[in-house]
Amino acid sequence: MADFLQLIISGTATGAIYALAALGFTLLWQASNTINFAQGEFVMVPAFIMLFFITTTGLPLWLAFLLTCAVAMLLLGYTFKLAIVDPLIRHGVIPLVIATLGLSIGVKQLVKAGVTAQALPFPNPFPDGLLALGDLKVSYADVGTLVVAGAIVIGLQMFLNRTVTGRAMQAVAQNTDAAKVLGINVKRMVLYTFLINAVLAVVAALLVTPTYLAKFDMGESIGLKAFYAAIIGGFNQTRGALLGGVLVGVLENLTGAYISPAYKEGVALLLFLVVIIVRPEGLLGKSEERKV
Amino acid sequence: MKHALRNTFAVLALATSTAALAQQGPVKIVGLMELSGTGATAGTNFDNGVKLAVKEINASGGILGRKIDYESWDTQTAPQTAKALAQKAVDQGAYVVMGPVFSGSIIVSMAETKRAEIPNFTGGEAANITQQGNAYVFRTSFTQSTAMPKLARYIKDTIKAKSVSMMWVNNDFGKGGRDAMAKALEAQGIKVAADISTDAGQVDFSGPVLKAKQSNADALFVYLNEEESARALRELKKQGYDKPIIGETTLTGQKVIELAGDAANGAIAHVGLTVDAPQPGIKAFDEKFQKEYKYKSDHNGMKGYTGMYVVKAITERNKKFDSKEFAKAMHGATIKVKDTPGVLLDVHFDNNGDLDRESFLTKVENGKQVVTATLPPVNPIQ
Repeated sequence: MADFLQLIISGTATGAIYALAALGFTLLWQASNTINFAQGEFVMVPAFIMLFFITTTGLPLWLAFLLTCAVAMLLLGYTFKLAIVDPLIRHGVIPLVIATLGLSIGVKQLVKAGVTAQALPFPNPFPDGLLALGDLKVSYADVGTLVVAGAIVIGLQMFLNRTVTGRAMQAVAQNTDAAKVLGINVKRMVLYTFLINAVLAVVAALLVTPTYLAKFDMGESIGLKAFYAAIIGGFNQTRGALLGGVLVGVLENLTGAYISPAYKEGVALLLFLVVIIVRPEGLLGKSEERKV
Repeated sequence: MKHALRNTFAVLALATSTAALAQQGPVKIVGLMELSGTGATAGTNFDNGVKLAVKEINASGGILGRKIDYESWDTQTAPQTAKALAQKAVDQGAYVVMGPVFSGSIIVSMAETKRAEIPNFTGGEAANITQQGNAYVFRTSFTQSTAMPKLARYIKDTIKAKSVSMMWVNNDFGKGGRDAMAKALEAQGIKVAADISTDAGQVDFSGPVLKAKQSNADALFVYLNEEESARALRELKKQGYDKPIIGETTLTGQKVIELAGDAANGAIAHVGLTVDAPQPGIKAFDEKFQKEYKYKSDHNGMKGYTGMYVVKAITERNKKFDSKEFAKAMHGATIKVKDTPGVLLDVHFDNNGDLDRESFLTKVENGKQVVTATLPPVNPIQ
């Protein structure tokens, strides 16, 4: 039983990281109908930026994290929106999907050729060791990940539901035209979404890189699983991203331990297929009807 | 008629002088290296080792008076790319081909060098590389069927384990190691409590580690590539695994220690080559490598370096650049440090292209690999 609980907790911690990246998918989709297939690389790039600050300027991890948040908001939020999303979005979703796929490949190659093709170690923000609760032993890293990711998700929900700006962002997500009529600055709200997505990616990088190691292709797995998680939970629901991420993380862990580690990587895909067939709008998603 | 004869002689003279110039010019050696992809760590180290040896050899006048023109190409850790590049190396008239380092790549690419009768050195350790009757493939490290019995004996006699869990990477390197280790453990009467397969490039090791913990074995044998070894060690530490963790070659390598950090402490491995070995020649290599590349070489750097010096020794023994004669001379060859210091340890090649030499038992202590014992060659080197 202790093993089972340990699996659930570590799976939830991993799932929470997927959820952070998945939240980015859902936020961008809701606010600007953007599907960002470079989301995994949006996690990889901050990992290297943080490492740059730590190794070249000797900054502590927390300060490197804060500086990286600023750089990411500028680079992965503002510049991404300005240079890629804004010119392409009027042509529909498909050109943007192709552009972000290209961006994903381009960024990977750039880091591979310009920085290194090898993996680099990354400092752990949490102390080593295990927290013993009777027979149950949970690592501080898992507890820390759960606390940080949980706080981010809850904080984001509160921001979206309880602040004027958050509600305005939701209004833009639900009906852009109506939001305009109500006097909401739609462009600004959409920009906020991109900035939030960039910060979420930095947090995901902080939590996942100590285990995954900083490498140019580290975003592939995260990006794909976050996409699956977003679809499973419901692409048009931020709560859905959380549920999808945790489901994927926990099921992967249980499959790896009780069936075979060899099947672990296929769990997310299987769940994704089942949801797409049985409930295309996702577990918590709302079906969208369009008049023609 | 006179004109025709004169032109013929002129052409012949030109052809002869061009051939003579080619014989005097640099000799082409190609490296098929994993410079990106999952094998980037191993390939880059091997490549740097080769380059250091080439630099030294060229600085001291080359081989038989000819400089080495070494060029490394990136296989991207993809066997089919390695095969295509091997064909390109053949087309460009390579004298010797170094690499690939990964077993899965050399098994595919060596068909090309064999067809062209070009000697091919590899860092791959899978037993089946040299069991296919290829007279042109040569190792720069032990075959798994030599290394695993040494390790199994250590597990029985020193660790005194009665059961072992095995965590291995599902590629040619890992499968070969798993099979050789399972056989060696069985021969020592040690039970395999869990057989855990993982993927090349796997990033999350929580499942495999939990499986190892659940098996309750006396020790864990980890046989993964460098990056995966580091991730596994980090996860083992994270989950509080407290039994001996034992590996072969990669587990206590420099890159693994660098990537795993504190999590590498306590890991034990049998290694064919290590810069921490007490031999003065190896210490000198360590210093030169660090000076050149600003980091410490792992075993792959040493494989590349020693491999290139084997090329030098055998070519000088043959007194000519003849790929076919080179391969013939390699079978049964013994190269001693006193004659060729660059081989670092006395080495003997058998008729399959497998090598034998001293090896080491190592343990990671305070983030450093420490040699705890030097094991003799399987057969004494005469």
